[in-house]
Amino acid sequence: MKGRLQGGIWGWVAVFVLAALVPLFGPSGYVLDIGVNIMIYAILAYGLNVLLGYTGQLPLAHAGFFGIGAYTVGILTLKAGWSFWLAWPVAVAITALAGLLLGLVAFRTKGDTFAIFTLGVGVIIMLVINKWDALTGGNDGLNGIMPPAGLEALSKSVGLKLSGGFYYLALISLALTIIAVARARGSVFGLSLIAIRGGDDLARSAGIDVYSHKLRAMMLSTAIAGFAGGLYATYLGFLGSAATGPIQTFTLLLYLLVGGLGTLAGPLLGPALMYTLAQNLKGLQDYQYIVFGPLLVLLIMFAPQGLVGLWSRFTARRTPPPATPPTTPPHQKEVTRAGS
Amino acid sequence: MITFLQQLLNALALGGVYALVALGLTLVYGVMRVPNFAHGGLYMLGAYLTYASLTGLGIGYVPSLILAAIGVALLAALMERVIFYPLRNAPHVSPMIAAIGVLFFLEAAVQLIWGPDFKQIPAPINGIVEIGGVIITWQRLIIIAASVVVVVALNYFLKRTLTGATIEAMSQNREGARLVGINTNRVGMLTFAISGLLAAAAAALIAPTLLVSPSMGEVMNLKVFAIIILGGMGSVPGAIVGAFLLSFAETFGGAYISLDFADVIGFAMLVLVLAIRPQGLFKRGT
Repeated sequence: MKGRLQGGIWGWVAVFVLAALVPLFGPSGYVLDIGVNIMIYAILAYGLNVLLGYTGQLPLAHAGFFGIGAYTVGILTLKAGWSFWLAWPVAVAITALAGLLLGLVAFRTKGDTFAIFTLGVGVIIMLVINKWDALTGGNDGLNGIMPPAGLEALSKSVGLKLSGGFYYLALISLALTIIAVARARGSVFGLSLIAIRGGDDLARSAGIDVYSHKLRAMMLSTAIAGFAGGLYATYLGFLGSAATGPIQTFTLLLYLLVGGLGTLAGPLLGPALMYTLAQNLKGLQDYQYIVFGPLLVLLIMFAPQGLVGLWSRFTARRTPPPATPPTTPPHQKEVTRAGS
Repeated sequence: MITFLQQLLNALALGGVYALVALGLTLVYGVMRVPNFAHGGLYMLGAYLTYASLTGLGIGYVPSLILAAIGVALLAALMERVIFYPLRNAPHVSPMIAAIGVLFFLEAAVQLIWGPDFKQIPAPINGIVEIGGVIITWQRLIIIAASVVVVVALNYFLKRTLTGATIEAMSQNREGARLVGINTNRVGMLTFAISGLLAAAAAALIAPTLLVSPSMGEVMNLKVFAIIILGGMGSVPGAIVGAFLLSFAETFGGAYISLDFADVIGFAMLVLVLAIRPQGLFKRGT
């Protein structure tokens, strides 16, 4: 299973140790804010990657589930007075259940129709959140969601501000997500998903129950989206319906594609690069898609595996073939997408 | 009764526009198997080109409509050449994602050129007609008449001309079409051009009754996708029936149930139909 972690397990440990050291150097709140946002988007992208990258299905309601998770936490903590620590797992459970319900209907359709169907569901989720004033606050959104109980005190006790506490909370959440996704990917379940990506009939001929595997992939994907949503709600303290619509899904799609579809590092790399870039192009906010639109097209045409794919291609070219044929190829990278 | 007739005429006009936009989308899907998410962008661009021709060139409404339709048709054909043709053998999610990229680009480009504010296109004939107590604007009558003409012309083209028949043939069976000597490359390009033409014409027709904005394509995009799924992806009669189903559901749902949820009704209908008949109302052999 360790072999499935690209770059090796030690590469990941090094990345996380470095990331964990950042708040200790007393960076500005702005840097920490970008860090937390990147991590939330990365978690969300890992969820999308389970369905799009591994299973080969394009779910365009992903931001809707992010919204369901976020609003569940917001409503439970604000209106029912629950503790965040209780509301968060409940939000994850609800989004997983909602994913199951969507999947039961949506996976009766295939391929293109599935994508458009989920797009319709995504719009419905956003519209319902936007119009149901009594529950979600409608256009005004939900204001004043509290930070998790005890997080501030805990941060103070180790000499950090609340933002530092949020940073570590996001970092731990991201690590949990990556471990969960990597373990799923390395298991028989993950291999079955890759087989489904190659074609429903092909997978079925290998004895895989396609429908139930797709359902489980959907539940994992939406649960992760809800997980990210809960974190987003408590971090921002404010929720609006805009963050739950198709545009958000499309933005996420761009992040994922830049990083690399179906890879383990891609969903982290993409948001890290693109979010930072977008923040620094604030002046171009409205026009950023003049650049990002064609970028999305070029990526899907020439580098569908994103940065991670380009890197593996680069390293694969530089690595000389071993003198004796090994039992397993030296670079068992996930670039075997062709033929689907 | 008067209210009912009033709503009926509104629904007919709206359905005509939906049908024009959805027909292009369903043709492209039938021939290329590409769900063109950029279609709403083409529609939006059509409205802006009409606006630009009217105000910039100072030509009349009809020449503006034609100019916009030709411009968008050329762009759609170019899109097919540069993006969708090279992606024809890629995994099926690739062209969808590329189309989303094009949609974003078109929206941002239009916003850069014409600004984010609403634009208004003056109606070619102002005023209203009263038929037995039912009041209808001239523009809605023009929309209904024009969409009927275009749909009939398109049907004639598809059924009675050789070029049209090649489109039909290719949507029925790609390999078969190639075997009997149809130049599938040319047909693909032509279909994209027709879809652009229809989208731009629809936009030019409806534009005087609403405000033109860069985001007008997004909503239309979702609706026409709902329509062609309802009617069965790639089916021409299905697109027309789906368009009127949606326009009637929206208009009457909006009038008699709740205006707030008028947009939701269409999608709720879509989800319901797909839950019962995943292949759409009009089944097509694949």
